[in-house]
Amino acid sequence: MNVLTNFPFIVVALLLAIGFYTIGFKKNLIKIVIGIEIIEGAVNLFLVALGYVKGAYVPIYTLAPKEAAEVNKMVLPTPQALTLTSIVIGVAVTALMLAFAVNIYRHYGTLDVRNIRRLRG
Amino acid sequence: MIEHLPALVIAIPLFGAFITPLFRKRYNLAALWAILISGLTLVLVLLLEYQVLTKGMMIYVFGADKPTLVLPSGYRVPIRIMFQVDGIGAFMAISAGLMSFVGAVYSYSHLQKETGLEKYYTLLLLLTAGILGMVLTGDLFNLFVFLEIASIAGSALVGFRNYRGEASEAGIKYLIVSSVASLMVLFAVGILYGQYGHLNLAYLSKQITFNPLDMIALGLLFTSFAMKCGSVPMHYWVPDAYTEVPSGINPPLLVSTYASLYALFRVSFTLFGKITIDMATVGWIMSILGVLTMFIGVTMALVQKDVKRLMSYHAISQTGYMLLGVGVGLTVFHDKQALIEFGRTAMAGGVFHIINHIIYKSLLLLTAGALFYVTGTRNLNEMGGLARKMPITTISFMVGAAAISGIPPFNGFASKFLIYEAVYKLNPLLAIFAMVTSILTLASFVKVFASAFLGPPLEKYEKVREVPKPMIVAMVILAALCVLFGLFPDFVLDKIVYPAVDALINFIQYQSWGGLA
Amino acid sequence: MSFTLLSGSGFWNPLLWLALLVFFALIGYIIYSRGNPSYKPNTDQVMPFLSGNVEPSKEKVQVKAGDIYWGFVEALKGYYKVLTAIHTGDMRDYILWYLGVGSIILFLLVGGA
Repeated sequence: MNVLTNFPFIVVALLLAIGFYTIGFKKNLIKIVIGIEIIEGAVNLFLVALGYVKGAYVPIYTLAPKEAAEVNKMVLPTPQALTLTSIVIGVAVTALMLAFAVNIYRHYGTLDVRNIRRLRG
Repeated sequence: MIEHLPALVIAIPLFGAFITPLFRKRYNLAALWAILISGLTLVLVLLLEYQVLTKGMMIYVFGADKPTLVLPSGYRVPIRIMFQVDGIGAFMAISAGLMSFVGAVYSYSHLQKETGLEKYYTLLLLLTAGILGMVLTGDLFNLFVFLEIASIAGSALVGFRNYRGEASEAGIKYLIVSSVASLMVLFAVGILYGQYGHLNLAYLSKQITFNPLDMIALGLLFTSFAMKCGSVPMHYWVPDAYTEVPSGINPPLLVSTYASLYALFRVSFTLFGKITIDMATVGWIMSILGVLTMFIGVTMALVQKDVKRLMSYHAISQTGYMLLGVGVGLTVFHDKQALIEFGRTAMAGGVFHIINHIIYKSLLLLTAGALFYVTGTRNLNEMGGLARKMPITTISFMVGAAAISGIPPFNGFASKFLIYEAVYKLNPLLAIFAMVTSILTLASFVKVFASAFLGPPLEKYEKVREVPKPMIVAMVILAALCVLFGLFPDFVLDKIVYPAVDALINFIQYQSWGGLA
Repeated sequence: MSFTLLSGSGFWNPLLWLALLVFFALIGYIIYSRGNPSYKPNTDQVMPFLSGNVEPSKEKVQVKAGDIYWGFVEALKGYYKVLTAIHTGDMRDYILWYLGVGSIILFLLVGGA
């Protein structure tokens, strides 16, 4: 039971680990971008999982049923709103990162991050 | 009208940003529009500071007239997004407004040879809006959103010269660092939301308790903002980004870095005030990061050959002074007497150093941009003998270099003086590190001055002339501010710095929404 | 408007500093005015003495930025070797340092040091 309720959070931890591993140890620039996307997914999942209340009403009623007024009978819409915003921002970030990756490939002829380091020292 | 100032300060640059793309191909018009909008923002921000000084903290709630007005049932929790402008927020907003104005003026002629400028000015105004939002907001999630706006606009500007591969490299590095940092900020916000069910900074800071989850959130926020403000050893993105960005963007980009520093202070003083007031560890971490940042930054700067890269390492090193000054204040946060005796002065030095540094480092980076404009290179080895050709740039550079090295009577001296004297009382070793850093700073600027401006006039730069007027105007404004802030440090401290410091120290006042709740 | 800045243990007044600056400039000028009267500008007297060799071109005698502080960098070679080894410019390292510092800070905070 406990494992089941905490299952989303275990997945979040796993995704975070995979994401940071991808950013830290993969050599391809595109894979690094994917790593950031994985972390993004982890954080979004975390937010959504936080908002889940078992057996409660979804916050889309104009005239909610009476029992929804009780404590913990209505899901707060805030986490979903946060997640949506975060997804939108994530898309912008990804698009910009991929645009940079294309431009880098054009100028450097490679996507290997070990070679993309003209700026150093 | 006046009570809507906090919203207007964000709305006007945003509006300006979305109008700018209409000036397609009419680059001069776009530039004038950006100057107009950023000038207007500057005026509004000054008005805002005046309001905050005379009337106290300003609360602006979106969708209601009082922060406590929520449900008819009397369930008194803040559910709306609100802007909470206190001394330090207004202080940072002034820096942002001033620097985006200077940046826009400078860009007018610095970028004449480039294309796609309407996008450039759009991003400049977006960056301004992002910074202003970060420093004015009283809502954690909103802080994340504005942080992302500033990062995306900032990194797009870093990669603006897309005909250079290096610019894209710097852009993606900055973007990766910022997006990881802001995702971790969001994660920490999620932790806090999951526990307390709220996002409002003031309300959350009342609820915070001493449990491991809060500590994890504090650690994540602290590290992420420390990375975003370029503290050693997470500073690697700073020289890359500052070097490749067009010089006109350097001032606002610098402020966006310090907006993260502001967020770091806000998190450690206000949001987790209940924890940090009992725990000197946080303050010590900040001070030690500060000393490391100072020292490693300046020693790396000494060996640089690229003029802008050298100055960016100095930007890192100067961030260390701010971390040290405010960190000392945070270390003695729990000790009322020490706080009054030297903690408050140290914090004043650190906070004063933020605006001083923004002014003189922008000035220096602008002169570096002027050097690039006339010589077409950033390599110091290839420059020389430019002093007679560009007298105003030279004088501005000298003012900036004297200010950053802490030579009286320029502004850098006033804040460093406060930091030395106050830090000495906590631990003399810290003060010694700060002074050695200052000496090394002077040494490396002597190097820039000697190699770029002095020396025999080189043949390849025979036809070089002084840079165009808008660039000169931008540099002269900043140089004049350097001198003014140095001559009247007491005035500036009393009017804007001490209110900012007191806003950080009195987190109880922040929690009460200025007495409204 | 006051000029004096108090730090708790000392004070700083730019006007006083300017007055001292003027004073020392005056002393400097007095020393300068009593200098060698046989010096004449715009004569052969001001040329550098190079044992009769021709003076090299300006580009050649310029001290390059990389050569300034050569001795300093040479003396601290070991330190700079470590520093440049850390500054790899590899964007993966940027994130790895973040993870490292983050875990240290988390350890200090949660571990209750």
